[in-house]
Amino acid sequence: MNVEVSQRQFSAARVPPGGIDCDIHPAVPNLAALLPYLDDHWRDMTLQRGLHELDSIAYPLNAPLTARPDWRPAKGKAGSDLARLRTEALDAFGTSIAICNPLYGVQLLFSEDMAAAFARAVNDWLAREWLDKEPRLRGSIVVPLQSVDYAVAEIERCAADKRFVQVLMLASGEVPLGRRMLWPIYAAAERHGLSLGIHPGSGYRHPVTPVGWPSYYTEDYANQAIAIQSQLTSLICEGVFQKFPRLKVVLLESGFTWLPGYLWRLSKYWRGLRMEIPWVDRSPTEIVRDCVRLTIQPADAPPSADQFARLMDHMGSDELLLFSTDYPHWQFDNDDVLPDGLSPQLVAKIMRDNPLDTYPRLKETTP
Amino acid sequence: MNVQVLPPRSAEPTNAVRLAIADGDIHPYPKSVQKEIYPFLEKRWQDYYETYGMLRRQGYQFGPAYPKGQPDAARRDAYPPAGGKPGSDLAFMREHHLDPNNVQLGILNPLSSGQGAMNADFAAAYCRAVNDWQVAEWTSKDARLKASVMVNYEDSVSSVAEIDRRAGDTNFAQVLLLSRTAEPLGNRRYWPIYEAAERAGLPVGIHAFGYGGDPITSGGWASYYIEEMVGHSQASQSGLISLVVEGVFERFPRLKVVLIEAGFAWLPPLAWRLDKIWKRLKDETPHLRRLPSEYIREQVWLTTQPMEEPRPRKHLLDTIEWIGWDRLIFATDYPHWDYDDPVHALPLPISDAQRLQFFRDNAMAVYGQV
Repeated sequence: MNVEVSQRQFSAARVPPGGIDCDIHPAVPNLAALLPYLDDHWRDMTLQRGLHELDSIAYPLNAPLTARPDWRPAKGKAGSDLARLRTEALDAFGTSIAICNPLYGVQLLFSEDMAAAFARAVNDWLAREWLDKEPRLRGSIVVPLQSVDYAVAEIERCAADKRFVQVLMLASGEVPLGRRMLWPIYAAAERHGLSLGIHPGSGYRHPVTPVGWPSYYTEDYANQAIAIQSQLTSLICEGVFQKFPRLKVVLLESGFTWLPGYLWRLSKYWRGLRMEIPWVDRSPTEIVRDCVRLTIQPADAPPSADQFARLMDHMGSDELLLFSTDYPHWQFDNDDVLPDGLSPQLVAKIMRDNPLDTYPRLKETTP
Repeated sequence: MNVQVLPPRSAEPTNAVRLAIADGDIHPYPKSVQKEIYPFLEKRWQDYYETYGMLRRQGYQFGPAYPKGQPDAARRDAYPPAGGKPGSDLAFMREHHLDPNNVQLGILNPLSSGQGAMNADFAAAYCRAVNDWQVAEWTSKDARLKASVMVNYEDSVSSVAEIDRRAGDTNFAQVLLLSRTAEPLGNRRYWPIYEAAERAGLPVGIHAFGYGGDPITSGGWASYYIEEMVGHSQASQSGLISLVVEGVFERFPRLKVVLIEAGFAWLPPLAWRLDKIWKRLKDETPHLRRLPSEYIREQVWLTTQPMEEPRPRKHLLDTIEWIGWDRLIFATDYPHWDYDDPVHALPLPISDAQRLQFFRDNAMAVYGQV
């Protein structure tokens, strides 16, 4: 008990209480947990066909990155137990609100009917098993991107529940996320005040790099930030932010130190090639400042505080970063959830102001 | 980027470029394949080319997958007055670029070389012909220019043979690969190429573009040329991740890699990310004995074009400092439209020592021209 108290005091020193954690991962413990949320047909199919677990190779269950050692239970998956999540992810950081991003591999299925059934099941499971039981939790809507119609229908179905604050996409799917065929999804998100979160992971329709399949998981994970950079290019160049000016895009769990250099290049090419995409009426740098946010873990931070300070200057805005622990993924140790070198003012923005400005629904549902 | 036509510059070097420079990325083109390449290509492959053309892992017989922003992706003022495509006339290249910019060393990177052709025997024969052509039409006529050993890198056997053939020939300064390979660059199918390059003492240049057949994003095909152009920096990052993680630098410690036309501001954040991930997952790659950033710091160089343009521009000095002033090789990409002009490319206060490194000496050192 004493230990717990002193840890909390230490936490309070690291991050101010009341933070809004924009990326945590409650885990679907197993397929059986979804059975109550599947309709009769898909429950029968799951059992009759002996469906395997849908965990994606994006997070090998026993890989060190997938769960911090002290957050890994003796049995079962990290992040699958509500009591532990309350203690480890919420209480430990004094978190007031945390957004749940389930990573069960529904997006990998090839049948669009099956994908829709399992997306519904994951969303209902999240609402019943987590959001109903813990008032600090909010949810992201898992959508079956295999069918735009089904994805829109799932958004419409879940949107009535104001605890869903975001539509969740993976970093790599069938087509780049800016493509016009996907725009009904963004129209639905904007209409309902839902942000669009893009998270590492892939439907594995294409190699996880633009140059083929790698040999090691280390490469797969390193390439997730590369994939997210390309998705940002697509969203900007196709004109998503002109068509849906109120839509906020959140780049989850993919670092942020790459952003300045990325924007220098994209904005330069925009100046040289804007005749190809005339609907992009302002510099990508401005678009990102208005419409795109990034979660802070993993920080991918430079080795020195001086470098970090200069990098934050390159970022050019104090509104871009959102607090996240990425629980239960192992991105940091102890309570070191924020990189060193952030001013108290910036910490306050990252912990609370920026998330509230990013997720319109948080303001509606946050005390 | 020069989209507008600038007034012709005097053939005399101006004060701003009185310093001799090296240019790490010049693109020579043949006036005509039939006139300039065929003399070095066996009749059998001439016939093949006439009948089937250059079939690559991309849909169109002619031209690129994404239409370029300018005809021939070229500066409008780079068309030789005597006719032919930009980059095809040595006399005009001298007058237009090499002399006024006082280029002391120019690295030739042919882009229509046979690389990426699906027929491996044809690709190897064509690459070999392009190597002979570079010597006959360019390096033997202008000692400032150095050729690249073009290899059909998807087939390491023919690549090694070609590298061995050119080893010791001072007309050649590097082995050239394209970035968009069929598998990531660190894959062991390519290791014999690195081994041969290391043995020959030649750096391996990896130029953006290529014909691996996979989409420019891991999430599918982008719609626009601008996405492809920006995406080369993502594809090059993926290639570098692979070179590091799959252990190429560990295995070939004297190998030098030069990433060409992929930009450079992405490098420090990528190195930070790799270090962090590797520390977490290093039990997967016990063949690596040092931090990813250490391999990169010692064995990787980058050409500068297209130079990132932050606002304010001085932010770029931080990035260059983090990469190392000794690691960047100035390049113009002549005659292409997004050419960087040595007079205007780095409008920042830097020391004379830094200027020398950046514009000349790093290239001289990497390419063994000291």
